[in-house]
Formats: sequence, structure tokens, C-alpha cells
Amino acid sequence: MAYFTQQLINAVTLGAIYGLIAIGYTMVYGIIGMINFAHGDIFMIGAFISLIGFMICALLGISSAPAAILFVLLLSMVFTAVYGWTIERTAYRPLRGSFKLAPLISAIGVSILLENYVQLAQGARPKPAGSVVQGGYNLFSADGFDVRVTWLQIIIVVVTVVLMAGFSWIIAATPLGRQQRACEQDMKMAALLGVDVDRTISLTFVMGSALAAVAGMLFLMYYGVVDFFIGFLAGIKAFTAAVLGGIGSLPGAMLGGLLIGLIEVFWAGYFSSEYKDVAVFAILVLVLIFRPTGLLGKPEIEKV
Amino acid sequence: MGVRLPALLKDSALTALMAAALGLFIVGFQTRDIGKGLFFDYQFVDLGIAVVTIFFGRLGLHLAAMGLKWPSFALGTVLGAIGASPLRLPSTFLHWFVVIAGVLIILRTIWPWANAALATARHSQRGKAMGQRGAKWFGVILLIAAVLLPLSPFSNQKNMDLAVLILTYVMLGWGLNIVVGLAGLLDLGYVAFYAVGAYSYALLSTQYGLGFWAVLPLAGMFAATFGLLLGFPVLRLRGDYLAIVTMGFGEIIRLVLLNWVDLSNGPAGIGGIPGPTFFGAVFAETAPAGKQTFAQMMNIPFTANQRLVYLYYIILLLALVTNFFTQRIRRLPVGRAWEALREDETACRALGINPTNTKLTAFAVGAMFAGFAGSFFAAKQRFISPESFTFIESAIILSIVVLGGMGSQIGVVLAAVLLIGLPEWFRDLGAYRMIVFGLAMVLIMVFRPRGLIAHREPSVRLHPVRAGP
Repeated sequence: MAYFTQQLINAVTLGAIYGLIAIGYTMVYGIIGMINFAHGDIFMIGAFISLIGFMICALLGISSAPAAILFVLLLSMVFTAVYGWTIERTAYRPLRGSFKLAPLISAIGVSILLENYVQLAQGARPKPAGSVVQGGYNLFSADGFDVRVTWLQIIIVVVTVVLMAGFSWIIAATPLGRQQRACEQDMKMAALLGVDVDRTISLTFVMGSALAAVAGMLFLMYYGVVDFFIGFLAGIKAFTAAVLGGIGSLPGAMLGGLLIGLIEVFWAGYFSSEYKDVAVFAILVLVLIFRPTGLLGKPEIEKV
Repeated sequence: MGVRLPALLKDSALTALMAAALGLFIVGFQTRDIGKGLFFDYQFVDLGIAVVTIFFGRLGLHLAAMGLKWPSFALGTVLGAIGASPLRLPSTFLHWFVVIAGVLIILRTIWPWANAALATARHSQRGKAMGQRGAKWFGVILLIAAVLLPLSPFSNQKNMDLAVLILTYVMLGWGLNIVVGLAGLLDLGYVAFYAVGAYSYALLSTQYGLGFWAVLPLAGMFAATFGLLLGFPVLRLRGDYLAIVTMGFGEIIRLVLLNWVDLSNGPAGIGGIPGPTFFGAVFAETAPAGKQTFAQMMNIPFTANQRLVYLYYIILLLALVTNFFTQRIRRLPVGRAWEALREDETACRALGINPTNTKLTAFAVGAMFAGFAGSFFAAKQRFISPESFTFIESAIILSIVVLGGMGSQIGVVLAAVLLIGLPEWFRDLGAYRMIVFGLAMVLIMVFRPRGLIAHREPSVRLHPVRAGP
């Protein structure tokens, strides 16, 4: 029981991070119907900028953890968003109206480009980061096993919940959100009614990248290590989360992230940690084959 | 024409500003890990030079696009000269960066002229005929050169090694071209079938003592069977989902090979794989008991190069078989159905083509050729491990196909030579190789989505084209 509870806490933390990345996939897919294969690498860029941000904090002598986290959070969100914006502008926008697979191939190119750019600029070896937040709280002890929730885990879940609430509010209640939903339903009609489609799509990428940057920062703080290749696996898991929850659906992405976190942690905890990635890939394949609309997604009508 | 210089300057400055924002952290603050903890190695001078170059590069491209030939030409020359000059920029990369910026501006300046000249040449009747004949002859010349290469003075060990490597990728590219180029299915897990072929040969030869030629068809069959098994459930999916699922399968196979130690020996890999034999003769200095070496059989002195030359001819043969098969099957109903399916699935359904079965054949045939290539790879390397079958490998093969032009056979050859050969010849380029791959994929999609060789005749036309307007 104690072991189970501990795994549950770890799973929710991991699921929160996957959920944040999954939102980026789901928003972009919802609005322009493409799989942004490079999104995982944007998350990796966010993690790297966070690492550098924390080091700058140390240099500037910012020792209070909340101030440092807030500073790095903003820094990473802003500069990662610049990546998202630039990629959309240069690699995806010229391809609207090209053949079906063109944006995906371009996205794969961007993904390879980003990984190797970071590898070249920052080196291939994993970068260790010191821990910013230490300590935790013992919930209870049972079977000689302490169930412990760390402050960091609480921060991760709180930040995730706040951001998700904030972005859900943007989508649901602001003019920008309304434009996004309009573009999602019918891009041509939205354009006719005066929605600046290009701008809306750009802002969608900016929002998705900013959330991925937060996920990158939380990942860095949680695992304490980052390298140029983390985006690949994390990206696929988050994509699986988005598909599992129903791609295009925002609550679906959060639910999917949580489920993937649960599956991965419990698989590793109770079966074998070698095959935990296989389990996630298998879920991706099974969901796509048997329920491509996911848990909360709407069925898709293919237009001719 | 009114030139709004301030607007141009503003746009160029904005571009440079964006570049600076992109590079500020990732390039500007290089993290170094020596001893205890990380520390910064600031690269602001490099970043500054790159940003200034981007400013002038953008300005030059704008000027060229507006038809201001002389200013843009001058700017391009100056940039090129600075990059090529002995002036000490902080890194060789920056030298290249500045030179490339200059060359791009000059190319953009002369582009309208070159384009117009090309267009007139292409549209004239003689040019058209010459183009078609040229393409045919180019292929023939390339083939003759490939056959004669081992007899030429260039056939030293290094070049032959490289030639075998390039041909392996040509074969993989041609195999993937069936799936991606003809049937229009984006397969991101192609390397899985390559791995199946490689492990088939490695296991059957080391465990059961089977020879290369006996295993080759088996490896193809195993890979094709895998293709069928994997393809059957997933080929009903839409194009982009299919891509992701195939990538998932590719990773699953790699992870299984990595973790199923009893079967594959895990990350340690399988060594001591025998090379291919020539009618029973082995390529080694001394033959094992009961066998003879190739040198003894032919009564010639032994050289280390014989093995490489033999491998070269095997892969050349395999690649040509792939090519021949593709060329022929394009004219059969199933090949036509692949291409029709690529263009419009709904129309195909309406015409009574079963999309799943048709896609499945393409998938299985492509997998079969990957299986052949895989068992050749194992026989050549004599050691394989899951390391050789990562997603990057799939991405490299895909970028060869994309760069060559999906569906173009000769394009794949050129792209393989460009992407595999050039980085090997110029070792310095090695570190930038994958960056170039990624960049090339994006640029090709943006500027020439049909590939470097954009010319692709439809295999069949309903109405013959009328002679030019």
C-alpha cells in the first residue's frame, strides 16, 4: 500500500510534465492538423534555457528559490516561445497548401536540426544541474516504508495546474481563444470573418512552446540532468498522451498525460523498467489502431 | 522602382534580432562540465559576428529580390571575401557561415537570369529531347562507372569502403522509395526491417552455420513478413498517424533487441559473423579446414582488397535488382495502384482498389529490400548491435529519399552521394552532417517539394500531352 501510494505520487508528477508537453501537440494539431514532430525538441530547448537560467541566477546571487524559479520560468517561456514562433514562420507556414506529408517531413527536419544544433553548441554529454528545491514531507509510514512527497513534486503539480487553468481560460474566454477555436473549426470561414489566421496560428505555436518550456524547466528540476536527446522520448510520450486523451482536446491532453505517467511509473515499478518505453509505444500503436479519436476526442470526418 | 531602404533595414534588423534571441542562450552561454559542476564559456563574439552576418545576408537577399543587381552582388562578394579571407574569425564555422551567406546572395542575384535561361532551354523542343536523352545517358554512364570502379586506380581501401557505404544507402533509399515515393506512405521505422534482415543473417550464420547466399532470401522473407504483420493493423491509418506508428514500431524492435539478451545478446551485439562466400570460397588469407580461399580458387595472390571488391559487387547487384524491380513493377497494375493511391485514396476506393491490401504490398516489398540490405550489412560489418538501428538511421534514409525527390530513382543516387559521400570525403564536415540533413529536409520541402531533380513524368497519362503552346 505504501509502495503503491509512493508510486502514485511519482506518477502524478511525471504525468503533469507529459500533460504540459501534450498540450502543445494537441493545440497545433487541432488548429492546423499537423503533428509537430519538433515539439519534443522545443521542450528540450526549454530545458536547456532553464539550465542556463538557473546558472545565471547562481552567478547573479539570487539565492531565494521562489525568485529563481519565477525568473527562470519567465526567461525560459519567452525565449523558447521565440523558437516556436520562428519554426512556424520559416518551416511550416510556407508549406500550407503543399502536399499532405510536407509539413510532417519538414517537422522531422526541424527536429533533427534542433537536436544537432544543441549538440554542437552545448556538447553531447548530459549536463548535471544542482537541485534548487530540497526537502519534502513524510505523509505516513507503513510496512517500514516512508511515503514521501517532496516540495519539488508539489511545486510541479501546482505550477502545472495553475498553467493549465490559465491556458484553458485563455482558450475559453478571451478573444484570442475564440479566434483559435474559430480557426480550428473552419479556417477559411474564420478568415472571411476577419480573423487573422496567420497570427492566430503563430500565437498557438507560441503558447505551445511556452508550455513546453515550463515542462522543460520542471523536467530539469525533477531529474537534475539534461542532454540534447531528451526531446525525442519525452516528445513521443507526450504525443502518445495527446492521442490517448483525444488529439485536439485540451482536457484530453491533461488526462492523457496523467495516464501515461501512471502507466510508465507503474509498469516500471511492478513489471520491468527495461520495457517501460515499449509499453508506452505499444499504447500509442494500440490507441491509434483501435480508438484513433482517443478518450475525449471527437470523431473526425475526412473531408474530400 | 521605389526602394524603401528604411523598411528593408528595419526588416533586416528584426531578422537579426530574432537570430540573436534564438542564439543568446543556446550559443552565447556554452556550458562546460569540467571537474565539479558546470560553468559558462561565453561565446558572445561568435554570436555577434553571426548576427551581423545574418543582418547583411537578409539585406542582400532583399536587394537581390528587388532586382538591385549591383548592390546585392557587391554585398555578396564582400561577405564572401571576408569569409574566405585570412582574417581571423573565432572559428572555422564562422568562416563558412559568412562565405555561405555571401554565396547565397550572389546566387539569389543571378537566379532570375539563370532561371530564364533554363526555362528557355527546357521549353525548346531540342532542349526537351536533350533533357530526356541526357537523363537516360546519365544513368547509363553512372552504371558503367559503377561497374568499372573497382578496376580503376581509385579503388583503394578507403574509397571502396565508402563506395560500399554509399551503395548500401542507395539500395535502402530505393527500397524506401517504393513505400514513400510510389505508395506515398511515410515510413519512419524503415530501419526496423533493416535490423530484422541483419539479425536474421547474424543469428542464422552464427547459430546454425548457414551461408550468406542461403540466408539472403530468407532475410528478405522475414523482413517482408514483419512488414505484413506490422502493416496489417496500421495501414488503415491516416498518413501522419501511420508515420508515427511506424516510428513507434521501429523503436519497439530496437528496444526488444536491446533487452532480449537471450536472443540478440543485448547491447553487446553479435560478433564473428562470417562474410559472404564466392561459390564456397572465402575471402581471407588462410581458409578454414575443408574450404579454399578465393585467391587459391582463382590462382591469384591474396590481397585484402578482394573482399571489399566482392562486397562492392554484391551490393551493386542488390541495388540494381531493387532498381530494376521498382522500374518494372511501376508498370504493373499493382504499381499503378500504388501511385494512384498516393494521389487520391478516395478516388481509388471508388474505383474498387482495396487500399489496405495495396498499401500492404508496398510495405512488404519495401521491407523485403530493407531485409536484403540488412543481411548484407551484417555480412559486411561482421558485427552488429542495436546501436546501428536507431531512429536517426531511418531519418537519414528518409532524407535521402526526400532530397532526391520522392519517386525519382536517379535522385536517390545523387542524394546518397551528396549526403553520405560528401561528409566522408570532407571529414571536417562530419560534425555538421546531421544539421545539414535536417536543414536540407526543411529547405527541400519549402523550395522544391518534388526533390532536387524535380522532373517526374507521370507513369501513365489519360490524354497524351499536346505539343507545346
